[in-house]
Amino acid sequence: MKNTSFFIVGIFFGIVMTKSEAISWFRIHEMFRFESFHMYGIIGTAVILGAAAMWAMKKFKIKTLAGTLVTYNPMKLSLKRHLLAGSIFGLGWALVGCCPGPMYVLLGNGYVIMILVLLGAILGTYTYGLVMDKLPH
Amino acid sequence: MVNTSSFWDFVSQPWHWAVSGAAIALTLALLTWMGRSFGVSTTFKGICTMAGAGKRIPFFNMNMKDEYWRLAFALGGILGGFITAQFLQSPEPVAISSSTIEYLGTLGIAYPESDALNRGFVPTEIFNFTSLKGIVLALAGGFLVGFGARYGDGCTSGHAISGLAHLQLPSLITVIGFFIGGLLMTHLLFPMLMGM
Repeated sequence: MKNTSFFIVGIFFGIVMTKSEAISWFRIHEMFRFESFHMYGIIGTAVILGAAAMWAMKKFKIKTLAGTLVTYNPMKLSLKRHLLAGSIFGLGWALVGCCPGPMYVLLGNGYVIMILVLLGAILGTYTYGLVMDKLPH
Repeated sequence: MVNTSSFWDFVSQPWHWAVSGAAIALTLALLTWMGRSFGVSTTFKGICTMAGAGKRIPFFNMNMKDEYWRLAFALGGILGGFITAQFLQSPEPVAISSSTIEYLGTLGIAYPESDALNRGFVPTEIFNFTSLKGIVLALAGGFLVGFGARYGDGCTSGHAISGLAHLQLPSLITVIGFFIGGLLMTHLLFPMLMGM
């Protein structure tokens, strides 16, 4: 039953990502060429309003539906790891023009090729598990 | 009385970036309030776990009971995309800037004709099942996204939205990494790949 509510939020997310055009390969290409404000506007607004919401939920000790307080598990700061990991991700993001959320949403929009992109992402995830001990963390 | 047909016309327009950004922040707030943290790429890890990868690699020994919500969210995302394509489709392809259109033209990518669905979402002329290059590029791009997301423990939703909203320095560094890789691909590697 609880998964149904996440499914419904997912539907909302799918509509938002499509209508915002954030799932567009062309929008991502344009963003990395700094030829439009569109994507920066979306991400900037989401981060500023999101930060305000997270701040308010912590400040006023709003309980989640699980009965817990809003917290965030900080990640260990590793410049090398995060720059390297981020750059690998960025190479792929700019090539296929979509990050994980949009891969699913584009599939629903009828772009069947996303099956291959998702398959690649799953293989990449598995490969990370195989070689993770050899990477700087 | 609300005129329903003009309401649907209204939401069928492309949304302003501020509306879209606010709606993404709302998604983050909803998931947080529901006791979960926003992050899509972990679905790939969950799929590996479900396929039995945990038997060989302990990294994939996840408690799936805490992960099914994420898969439900991703499935909802697929349906949300489907609903939008069926009922809320914008009348015109994405209005990208004329300088991007002109530049893509020099690479031999016509806009919007390179998207077979004519919506300005994916250049299916490049990524498709009918050419070896199309298959390899789709797989390779997905691979880099999946590998990088797991290595950095998060993708755009986890770091650029959720992590930054929680003012996390590791997330900011990861996002800078997204741009290093993205700029390198867009300005250097992609034109080379298109020339091959």
